[in-house]
This record gives sequence, structure tokens and C-alpha cells, in this order.
Amino acid sequence: MHIAVEHLTKRFGSVCANDRLTVSFAAGQIHGVLGENGAGKSTLMKLLSGYIQPDEGRIVFNDMPRRLRGPGDALAAGVGMVQQEPLDIPAFTVLENLLCAAPPGIFRSRRAAQTALLELAGRLGFPVDPAARLDQLTIGQRQQVEIMRLLLCGAQVLILDEPTTGITAAQARALFAALRQIAAEGRTVLFVSHKLEEVAELCHTVTVLRNGQVVPPGQLPMPQPQEYLLVLMFGESGAAPPIYRPLPAIDAPPVWELRNITVRSGALHLVELNHRFPAGRIIGLAGLDGSGQQVLLRLLAGQQAPDRGQVLVNGRDLTGAGALAFRQAGVEYLPADRLHDGMIGALSLADHFALLQRDGLLVDRRRAEELARQAIADYQIKATPVTPIASLSGGNQQRAMLALIPPTACGILAEQPTRGLDVASARAIWSRLQARRDDGCCIIFSSPDLDEIMEYSDEVIVCFAGRIGPPIPRALLSASRLAELIGGVGFDALVNVAR
Amino acid sequence: MDQLWIDLAAVLAAAAPLVIAAMGETLSERAGVINLSLDGTMLLAAMTGFAVALTTGNLLLGFAAAALVGAAIAAVLGLFSLTLGQSQTAVGFVLALLCTDLSSFLGAPFVRVPGPAVPFTPIPALADVPVLGTLFFRHDPVIYASFLIIPATAYLLYGTRLGLIVRALGERPAAVYARGIDVIRWRYAMLITGGALVGIAGAAFSLDLKQGWSYRHTFGAGWIVLAIVIFGGWRPWRVALGCYLFAVLEIVATRSQSALPNFPTQIIQVAPFVLMIFVLALVNLASSPAAMRRAATLPQIWQRPLLGAINRLRATAPAALGQPFERP
Amino acid sequence: MRTDRLKLVASLTRPVLALVAAFALTTLALLSTGVSPLEAYRLVLFGAFSTPVRLSDMIMLAAPLLLCAVGLSITFAGGLYNLGVEGQMIAGAIAAMVPLRLWPDWPPLLLWLLSGLSGATGGVVWALLIGALRQYANVSEIFAGLGMNFLASGLALYMVLGPWRRQTSASLSGTDLLPRDLWLPTIDRLRLAPAAPLIALLALAVVWWALTKTRWGLEVRAVGLNPAAAGRLGVAAARRMAETLAACGALAGIAGMLQVVAVHHALIPNISSGIGLLGLLVALLARADPRWLLPIAVAFASFTVGSIQLPLTLGIDSAIAGVLQGALVLFALVARARVR
Repeated sequence: MHIAVEHLTKRFGSVCANDRLTVSFAAGQIHGVLGENGAGKSTLMKLLSGYIQPDEGRIVFNDMPRRLRGPGDALAAGVGMVQQEPLDIPAFTVLENLLCAAPPGIFRSRRAAQTALLELAGRLGFPVDPAARLDQLTIGQRQQVEIMRLLLCGAQVLILDEPTTGITAAQARALFAALRQIAAEGRTVLFVSHKLEEVAELCHTVTVLRNGQVVPPGQLPMPQPQEYLLVLMFGESGAAPPIYRPLPAIDAPPVWELRNITVRSGALHLVELNHRFPAGRIIGLAGLDGSGQQVLLRLLAGQQAPDRGQVLVNGRDLTGAGALAFRQAGVEYLPADRLHDGMIGALSLADHFALLQRDGLLVDRRRAEELARQAIADYQIKATPVTPIASLSGGNQQRAMLALIPPTACGILAEQPTRGLDVASARAIWSRLQARRDDGCCIIFSSPDLDEIMEYSDEVIVCFAGRIGPPIPRALLSASRLAELIGGVGFDALVNVAR
Repeated sequence: MDQLWIDLAAVLAAAAPLVIAAMGETLSERAGVINLSLDGTMLLAAMTGFAVALTTGNLLLGFAAAALVGAAIAAVLGLFSLTLGQSQTAVGFVLALLCTDLSSFLGAPFVRVPGPAVPFTPIPALADVPVLGTLFFRHDPVIYASFLIIPATAYLLYGTRLGLIVRALGERPAAVYARGIDVIRWRYAMLITGGALVGIAGAAFSLDLKQGWSYRHTFGAGWIVLAIVIFGGWRPWRVALGCYLFAVLEIVATRSQSALPNFPTQIIQVAPFVLMIFVLALVNLASSPAAMRRAATLPQIWQRPLLGAINRLRATAPAALGQPFERP
Repeated sequence: MRTDRLKLVASLTRPVLALVAAFALTTLALLSTGVSPLEAYRLVLFGAFSTPVRLSDMIMLAAPLLLCAVGLSITFAGGLYNLGVEGQMIAGAIAAMVPLRLWPDWPPLLLWLLSGLSGATGGVVWALLIGALRQYANVSEIFAGLGMNFLASGLALYMVLGPWRRQTSASLSGTDLLPRDLWLPTIDRLRLAPAAPLIALLALAVVWWALTKTRWGLEVRAVGLNPAAAGRLGVAAARRMAETLAACGALAGIAGMLQVVAVHHALIPNISSGIGLLGLLVALLARADPRWLLPIAVAFASFTVGSIQLPLTLGIDSAIAGVLQGALVLFALVARARVR
């Protein structure tokens, strides 16, 4: 099926995620869709598969304009999307999951469905056990099941969102072979990624998104020179020479020390972690979603205990002591979802300062309001001390969260500290964090935005498929090299050199 | 020996309303909605069913009215929680109290009025089969219905495409939505179907098991059913077993009244519910991660049967039970 | 200006609509019985204020009701549905009987103190068992609470029919009456023990103060609103939840003690009379804002007391008070719904 979008626009608040996109994808080919995180790839794919609806513009399947009110409409029209975490039912078996809400008339019986599944699995080279429960399978296996389900339900267009995240190399090879087979049978495959190698290996065409627009307008045939694609993805600045900032030598003991850590979280299995995180540094964690950054942050915040090994904070062994003990030792954790687990939406900034008071029977409201007023002035928060946090803008919430870090904190863990913020707010947040670093804090942050990592980190740690790389001084790193590393290019060599 | 079979038949009969209500609640909880109003719903439906059957002289109309009441209360719960986004717990609880009082108020003219009852209808030929006849074929239609509804519910949930959707609604509604199903509408449908069954269960009290109507006629049966559904791990056969165990305990309590003249046996009447919560807590404790870790240190010979037993007993709630649905 | 006024109108419309809907439902129920709704409302709404005796009956109902509702506003602030309040009240009543029966000759003042202390302890134990079931055995506080309610009423039955049965013969109507000098001082003609409402008001003041002024109260509210974020900000969330249960248990226990020494003057099987669950309605309606508890508790108590005359004067059942109470809370919940 041939699919096209015309002047497609989608806004989230003030952010224009897709800005008058016009592009088309021919049948029987694999189309790469490249772009850094936040470039608008996911939005476009969700629009195509009916999860969200466009503000303007239209979607055209085989020259017929379509209004997709939900993913059911899209699948009925022949478009199926495989999410990063497949939208299946973990408590079901593979066969039950296939039969659940399948379009009427497709499978006459359980047995027919099983035969069709096994036949397709054989054709695509996916080993599958129809009676296995999905929650016993790996992400890679569930992804295979989801691909087969969509095809059996009549998908002519298959959209895969960062499909190689969280799966093994062997599974990726099997996936690529299957996708080639699917395209050869005349179907359309949209392969969303920011791993250049994969797109180069697999795709017939490539579409590069940047800031919600296609650059240059229209599709490009593959192959293309890698450097050219990198410039398209990250802009000219991405290729600019790095500004050299020498790191001061530090004698102070490390804020965190990990000794022989082994930890398992979901499908990720981190082994043999030995790291020291010194004071007075900003360390950026780069990597695709789910490559291990979150696990590392949770480990350092005390929210997850390691299976083996020790976690030391300022030289004290806090292994398994719980998040409260880490916090008392000076570790502050800033979650990405500010209102879900960062702050309490219904309470005001003054209430939050009051919550931080540690002694006295009564709330010292005057003191709390004084601190709140102080913070509002210092951090330029647009609020009064008694405004509920939930009614602040994202940038102001983030500033409030920073203002609430106690002065005694020595280690700050920030998950996507500028998520959803405009440029000015992001810059303001960073000047605060840099000030804390200069006071001797160790700041570790994760961000999907490589520009942010390149701009603000003193050292960069790359996470790839559950492996944590050695810290690389920012001065020795270029944007293109970082983009390669998070895609796994040269990662092994990096780890070996460090050894 | 014969007495034993007669006693067992009495247990099967006494559990009938519980079974019907529990199957209804299992359906709606499997679809992800807790109907906490059960106790009030059963009372109001019992009263309505009795009043309608009495005034019209038609038992079927009585049951239909009771089903309608149950469905209507479920629809109100759906409107307030699924559509208007209020907590299922809060709305369900308030409805439980409100409907209880409504039943007392509207039912006042019918208290202890003699009325129609479902007639005893042994099934010809089958009723004379030794043992089986006594157990299963010497009852009335409501009790036969309670026998049939268990395999029917199990078949619906585990044997049909519809059941796959219902279970998926309670496990991962986002996945059902991705398959083009209207989650809210389907949850309404299951909630209302379940509510209608609960209503019928209420009428089974007033038109059959405890014929007539009086103040708080069903004695907390709704709360008991809610606990039994959890106890039964949301699986129809196990839930039904829970209902029958409960009926056994109840009958033991009544019987022991004459056997132990000096012991205040009223206490035994509260025991079933307490026992059920106690067992539930024990099972949960045994399947907690800490207990599993400890079990892993035991010698191999003990480990396998122990873990097997725990796994069999463990009841996992539908993953999305009680949570509002938000589009992915 | 204009939008402000519109907002004000909008904010008033919803509660008014809820009120109208609640009365509409109740009126419908009344009409079905054929009596004049106006006559019935006159009794339900104002009947409690018609004679001094009824007024004092209302006060003696409002006191334990307020105590339970105040306790429940703590657990609601902490994000818990404490359906076990009924059992905590019964446990409190049983525990409160213990010193009264053990040492009936001790000075009454000391005995009341001991009895109150013992009642509060009984409630706390019952509540903490729920907390333990929730924390360690993963049983939701709703069903743990219901189970503990059944257990408590079983225990009350056992005490009434067993160890504490009447000297003449065991009776479901309760234990022997307490010696007259152990009754909380009562104004005879009115059946009014002034200490009871005073204790309830004191509890309201203390809890209002604790929830709004103390660090503990702030932490409890933070845990109730968002346990994850409260934990991140350094609050011991699980501990605070257990403490709210204990606090509610203590207040419900004292309510149970008042039922014994100030109302029934004996232990009866139905010593809690559904006051705990009615307290849940009060607390739900007040939305954990202590300022609303007193007026709502008084209103609900007066509905209940006023409706007692209905069967005699109009020949209809008194449960209409419960219908009105439930409908008010139900529609108030909707009035708070955000429209999507």
C-alpha cells in the first residue's frame, strides 16, 4: 500500500511536533525514518497509525484520504504499528493474544489461527511457541509476535518504532531478514530509528526529520554518505569542533562508588559495574530509551538495590539501605515526570518547603513562605508561595524542583532535566545546575537530546543495550561520534580501550 | 450416609445466590471495574423482585425487575466512574449504603408479607438417580441456573473470543484499544451484565432461598461475594468453590447451634468472612518475594511441591483492576 | 471581572445542582409511598430540633458520629479507605468495658479515664491489624477492614452471650446495665451527657490543628496526595499511613467507649449501630476538610434522629434519612467530577 501525508501538522501546547509535513512512502520497500529524539518521528508514526489525530493536513492511503479516529481504524485500513514496548496482553498466551479482538472472519477457529501463525512464523524465520505466555518472553520475542499479529490481521503497512532497542543482536538480524521478506511480498515497512548503520543496512529510502520538518523536503534514496545524514539530523553545529574545557583534577573522594554491581531490571541485565563518580562534575548519560540509564539512576538513588555488589555514597556503604537513607546521605533525585513522582501537584511551593523541615512539632509556615519567596526570586519562578504546583508551567515546575534541593545535597540525579521546556527555561535550569556543580556537587543526568549532553556534560557515559560505557571527557568527543556510540558503533572498542 | 448427600445438596442450594452474584462480579472485575455497591444492589434487587412478583403474581417479572435494578445501579456506577472519572471505590461504597437504605425504605410495606416463591421442581427420571439425583436434580430452577452459570462463565471467559476481549480489558486496556475496541463502552457492557446477574442473585434470596422480605434481608451477602471473588482469584470455578465453602461453613454454624447449647454460636456466623480474609492474607504472604526467596533456600525435595502449591494458590488480580482507562 | 463572576457562578452551580438532584431522588422515593413529601421533610430536616429530648438525642448521636468522621478525615487525608472504622468502634467499646467490669468500685473519674484509654487502645489495635494486612499481606484496606468488622461484631456477640452475659440469662439485648454511678454524668430528663459532645469537639479541634498546623499533618496530606513524591521528598510514607490508621482507630475506639458509658450504659451486640459507616459518608462529603465535618455531622445526625418519628406519624420507614444522606454524598461526588 502506498501511503502519503500532506501538510500534516500536530501541536502539543506551544510545541509544534509535526510542522506541515509532506512525504510519501511507496509500497514494497523499507523506508527509514531518521531523526534525533524529539525530531517528530514518533508523532508522525502515531498520526499514521491513528493513536493521535492531526490538527491540520491529511493522510492518504492508496490515493484515498483517510480520517483515522483510532488505531482500530488504521488497522482496518491496513496500517499496523509495533510500539517499542509491544501493546500486547502480558497475561495471555501467544495464541490468545493473536485471537484477542482480531478482525471478524479472519480466523475461523483456534486451530486455523495456530496454523496461520506457524506458517507465517516459518516464512519469516521467527521461532514461536503458540502456547507460551507473553510475560515469559523477551521484548524481542514479543516484538516478533506483534509483527506477526499485525500481518495476520491484514496490515499492508508495518510501522516499527525504534525496533532494535532492547533486543539482542541475533534478534535484530532475524528482524531485518523478516522485514526484507515482508517488503518483498509487496508490503510497506516504515523503520523509525536513529541508528544510522541500521538504516544504511536495511532501508531503500530515508526520510530525515528535524524540528518537526522533513529535511531536505521529500525522501532520499539510500545509500547516502553517513556524514551527510548526520548533518541533516543534528544540523551543522553537530559537526562543529568541540570547545575544549579542561577538567580540574579532583582529590575529593567520589560522591558515588559502585563496586562489582550486578543488577537486573526487566529485560536489562547490568553486570560488573565498577564506577566512581567524582564531586564537582556534570556527567551526562547518553543512550536510547531503555539502554540502562534509568536503571543506573535508580541504583544511584537507592530506589533499586543491586543483586550483588556495593553502592557507596561519600565512602559509606549504603547497599540496600533504601531511598530515604540515600537522601539523608545527600543524594537528590529529580524524576522526569515532575508531577507523577517529583512533587505534589495540589500543594504549593511553600508547602513543599514546609515538608522539607525536619524538626519541630509545628510547620514553620512563615519560614517556609520566606524560603519559597526567596526561591521564587532566585530561580525566577512565576508563582506565588501559595500557588499549587500543578498550576505552574513545566519550566516553573522544574525550577521549583531545583529550588527544593537542600543545600546539603552532594549528588544530584536528574532524569531528563529539561524535558518539555523551551530554550530559555532550559538554559536557566542549566545555569542553576552548573552553579551546584561549581559548589562541589556531582550531577548525573540523562537526556535523549544529544545536543544537551554535548553542551553541558563534563564527562559522558554512553549506555548501549544494558551496558554502561566508561566516562569519556567531553573534550574528546564529537557529536557525530556520540551519535555513533549510542547506536553501538565502536562501543565495544571503547569498552575494550577502557579495560 | 444418605444424610450426608442431603446436607451437601442443601449446601449447593444455599450457595446459589452467592454463586450467581459472584459470577456477575467476576465478569465486571475481569473487565477491570470493581462494583463495590454489591451489598446494596442485592438488597434493592431482592426487595424489588419480591415486590414485583407479589403485586403481579408473576415470578419471572420479579426476576426481570431485579435484573433491571442491578443493571441500572451498575450503569450509575459506570456513569460516575467510567465517564465522569470518579473513584470506583468511593462511588461504589456510597451506592452500597444508599441502595441499602432505599431497600429498607421502599420495602417497608412488604416486610414479612407472605409471597410467591420459586417452586421445587425435581427433574423427572434424573432425580431418582442415587446420590447424583439428590445432589443435583432435586432443586428448583434458580439453583439449576446457579449450576449452569459456573461453566457458562468459565466458558465465556476462557473459551470464546468475547472472553479474550473481556480479560484483556482488565489486563491491558491499552492493547484492546490498539485493536480498535471501545474500552469504555465494553467496560460498561460487562459492568451492566454483571450488575444484572447480581440483581438476579438478590431476587434469588427473596423469591427462593430466604423467601419474603425483611430489613437487611441478605445479611451482608454482597460484601461476602466481593471477598469471595478475590479469594477465588477471579477464576470462575475457584470463585464458585469459595461460595460453596462459605455455604458449608454457614450450615456448620447453624447445625452446631443445637450441638453446642452452651456456646454462643452466633459468633460462628461471622467466622466464614474472617477465615476467608485470613486465608487470603496467608496466601499473599506465602507468595511474597521475601517468602519466595526463603523458599529458594530449602532443599530441592521440598522446593518443587511448595512452590507448585504457592503458584496454584496465588491469585493475581487483573492488572488494570479499578484503574481509569487513559488512551495511550 | 466578568470571567471571575462566571467562575463564581459556575463554582456555585454544581453544588446547588447536586443538592437539587439529591432532594429530587429522595422526593421520588417519598412520593412512591403516597405521603406528602413536605410533611416528611419537615420531620426529617427539623424534627430533631422540635423538643429538647430530641435535640439531646441528636447531640448524643452527633458526638460519636463526629468522632468517627474526624478520624476518617485523617485516613482520607492519608489516602486510605478505612471501612474498618465500624469494627474499630466495636473493639473500642469492648475494650472500654474491661476496666468497668474489672474494678467497678474504683472512683468513677479514674474509671472513665481508664475506660477511654482502653477503648482507644482497642481501636488502635484493630486499626493497626488492618495496616499490617495491607502492608505485609497485600490485602486491600477495604477488605481487611470488612474482615475486621465481622471479627469485632463476632467478638461483641461472644462477650454479650458468653463471659459478660446477664446474670438472669444470656440475652441478645446486651449485658447488664452498668452501675448508675459509672454512667457518664447525664442530664436525666434529656438523656444528655454533655461530656460526649465536648470530647468530640475537642477531637475535632485537635485533629484540625494536627492536620493543618503540624509537620505530621502536612506529611500525611503529602502521602495521601502522592506517596511516591512524598517519599522522594523524604517522608516515611508507609509509616505515616499506619499512623493515620492508628489515629482513626483511637478516635473510633473513644466513640465506642462513649456508646458504652454515655448512651447504652451496657455492651450491646450492635453497639456501633452503623455510625462508623455513616461517618464515612460524612468524611467523604467533607472531602477531608475538617471545617465541614461539624456542620455535616450535625446535619446527618439530625436527619437520622428526625426520621425516627416517621413510622409513627406518617407510617413510612425511617430509612429515608439514609437515602437522603447517601444521595447527597453521591451527587456531591459527581459535582466534583472534571468534565472531559
